[in-house]
Amino acid sequence: MILNIIIYIFIAIGCFFNMMAALGLHRFPDVYTRLHAGTKCTTFGSIFLILAVVIQSISAWVAEGLSSPQSILTLHALIALVAILLTNPTSAHAIGRAAHRSGIKPARAVVDDLEKEKP
Amino acid sequence: MWLPVAIFLAVCIAIILVRLFLGPTPPDRLVGLDTLNTLVIVSMVILGASFNEVIYIDVAIVYALLSFVTTLFIAKYIEKGGF
Repeated sequence: MILNIIIYIFIAIGCFFNMMAALGLHRFPDVYTRLHAGTKCTTFGSIFLILAVVIQSISAWVAEGLSSPQSILTLHALIALVAILLTNPTSAHAIGRAAHRSGIKPARAVVDDLEKEKP
Repeated sequence: MWLPVAIFLAVCIAIILVRLFLGPTPPDRLVGLDTLNTLVIVSMVILGASFNEVIYIDVAIVYALLSFVTTLFIAKYIEKGGF
């Protein structure tokens, strides 16, 4: 009962942040702010959605006994979460660096301190 | 319990696809692609929990690593302005 409430709260947080990422891609003016919306919000929402899956499968694992197939589902969902946590910020950094080096300025930018740095 | 979440994520993916088609510059499209990849991974995990199939989650792990390589490769292509 209390586990179901926790799972529903986690699903609500995850769905809210994923929807904010999808809307932020349309609302923000340039690449860097879109990167902010599209990468951080999906990482945060994905953590909560996968944790909801993990909590549900752990409770089924405890209910069914030690050698149930839910154990494989739990561990593989955790591996998928670790893969998202490792790869998502790295690719966001690569996109930001590529956008700056290909000469795209931020919208309404006045000072660009990275301009002096040679690639 | 899980299937409405998957449908909701599909709606989010459809909203992101509009940005992927509209994006004025190539990095805009790349940001849309990266966001879409993350949502596809999450919806694969959700579908695996929904149908109680472990193979969906294995596909999600492989998709996460391959989409990471894809994003880095396209970013390098944009950075150099050609191969």
